[in-house]
Amino acid sequence: MSDVLLDIKNLRLSFFTPAGEVKALNDVTFEMHEGDVLGIVGESGSGKSVTAYSIMGLVPFPGRIIGGTIDFNGHRINDMTEKEMREIRGNEVSIIFQDPMTSLNPVYTIGNQIREVILLHTDMNKEQANERALELLTLVGINEPEKRLKQYPHELSGGMRQRVMIAIALACEPKLLIADEPTTALDVTIQAQIIELMMELKEKINMSIIIITHDLGVVANMCDKIVVMYGGKIVETGTSDEIFYNPKHEYTKGLLRSVPNLNTKDHEKLVPIEGTPLDMLNPPAGCPFAPRCDKCMKICLREMPEYTKLSDTHECACWLLQKEAFEAAAGGEN
Amino acid sequence: MEKHLDDSQVDIRENERPLIEVKNLKQYFPVSDGFFRTKYVKAVDDVSFHIKKGETLGLVGESGCGKTTTGRSLLRLYEPTDGKIFYDGEDITHAGMMSYRRKMQIVFQDPYASLNPRMTIGDIVGEPIDIHKLVHSKKERSERIMEMLERVGLNSEHANRYPHEFSGGQRQRVGIARALAVDPEFIVCDEPVSALDVSIQAQIVNMFEELQEEMGLTYLFIAHDLSVVKHISNRIGVMYLGKLVELADSYELTFHSLHPYTRSLISAIPVPDPKVSRQRQRIVLEGDVPSPLDPPSGCRFRTRCPYADELCAREEPEFREVSKGHFAACHHLDRVQ
Repeated sequence: MSDVLLDIKNLRLSFFTPAGEVKALNDVTFEMHEGDVLGIVGESGSGKSVTAYSIMGLVPFPGRIIGGTIDFNGHRINDMTEKEMREIRGNEVSIIFQDPMTSLNPVYTIGNQIREVILLHTDMNKEQANERALELLTLVGINEPEKRLKQYPHELSGGMRQRVMIAIALACEPKLLIADEPTTALDVTIQAQIIELMMELKEKINMSIIIITHDLGVVANMCDKIVVMYGGKIVETGTSDEIFYNPKHEYTKGLLRSVPNLNTKDHEKLVPIEGTPLDMLNPPAGCPFAPRCDKCMKICLREMPEYTKLSDTHECACWLLQKEAFEAAAGGEN
Repeated sequence: MEKHLDDSQVDIRENERPLIEVKNLKQYFPVSDGFFRTKYVKAVDDVSFHIKKGETLGLVGESGCGKTTTGRSLLRLYEPTDGKIFYDGEDITHAGMMSYRRKMQIVFQDPYASLNPRMTIGDIVGEPIDIHKLVHSKKERSERIMEMLERVGLNSEHANRYPHEFSGGQRQRVGIARALAVDPEFIVCDEPVSALDVSIQAQIVNMFEELQEEMGLTYLFIAHDLSVVKHISNRIGVMYLGKLVELADSYELTFHSLHPYTRSLISAIPVPDPKVSRQRQRIVLEGDVPSPLDPPSGCRFRTRCPYADELCAREEPEFREVSKGHFAACHHLDRVQ
């Protein structure tokens, strides 16, 4: 087994808003190995983006990490100063944001923005940086790279801008690339291009990827391992086969059922997850999904279940599994 | 609910007069290029289709292909540049719309931007009722508002609250209640679920289907997500750069598509099934959608099409009926595999 690249343990993060404390992350624990592609799936407010930002040391105000550890490639991220963090950010770990329209600076040329990263993190001079920028644009499949270096973001289409973002993120060949909904703002045909590009680049420069998305189709395509989040907690983790073919958590099951499948021949009714998304200001005491769960029991509302280990890679936090395990054990004794 | 009708039923339906008919609709928008010259964005260029009563026509395509503009021109929210629109056999291209607005409604994409933040939910739903003078007393008005809210799965307590107190899915329900308040026959659903979370999307899609059954509504369902459109529609039209490139029964379109663009669109959709997506051969289109300010000559898809040749650059392909009810615009349908 390859080395552990990222190890997050019991991460807790809260936003201290005027309306009260919002527990955005609650005991988030997972690890990933070098070369892995990890998918984090969840709906808005589930804490998937905040997880990514905390790895980058970019927790937005008024948020604060209040417990747990993040170890990345030998660094303890949550103990680092801003200065130390800057050395790593963009160098060993990079991020691509959801919206390529707003994440590039509109008043600088593309070339300028790519060179900035290279000049900051390496001791190349301006000319070498320019060479490298050209090389990067070619790498991410942008045609006429010389011309593009001199252009401004508004002159490029959405797909091209996302390619430029990827070029900037890859400028220093990071060990880990975090992609926060990289294709949500793009059209399907462009989305397919970007996904293909990311997978190609992963092989070429041997990096790991965390992809954050709400689109189950995207993760099925790319990921080895999937983390499903709901209401600031990880409810299930597993390999993509385990999550898609043997989902154990009621939320994961519901999510899979509620997506219309293009390949079904007959018209079937969709099975939605009833209820409304969680109010993070007043979360339930127990399992965050309990208020929307069909199989909710009394204990679900009171206490958060422990993780049940289903295989080496598959874990799920649900009282139903605890109950099953208990009954199996009890049955075995009799 | 049976969505795919057998042949005999289709014939009966075809004898009926379509509820909506659009003929050669064109919608151009003037754009100044900064040098006192005006260019035109041909947002919708020569599009014709019809929608039968009680049917759902889906419209898919990428951003900028003109699907939303088609929906809005149809309701005369824009004045069409050219072409004709018929509602139930009557030409409404230049007619006064007041009476038709009662029959034709729209649900917008963004439930955050389409509700006035300073109005209560009750007033938002009540406004169309007031405008069309559908009630004669305050009591009747509030009864009708309650009825609408209940119909979309909200309750009477919600009427006194403001939009910011609701989640995206609930706001979209309010948007739907507002559209239903005047008892319309036809609703344009302009990307009604794309701003919502997956688990909420299914609730809203199901609600659209139930309302259609209960009230006999006709929909034009616009979305970029083909799997949602396929789920809800009887027929689907695919648009590219202001043109309809293919139109067919939804089953036919997803499983026997003809146009190379439709094929690549279908193959680009990520399938939530790891085994299928590992095996699948994907057609990844090269390049971006060209600017609608100066679209390519001839066939507009030719710059990204793997089958394109000189003929495609020279001549625009005709939108023709290839088999019964299945239309496509391509010169090389015989070669497309």
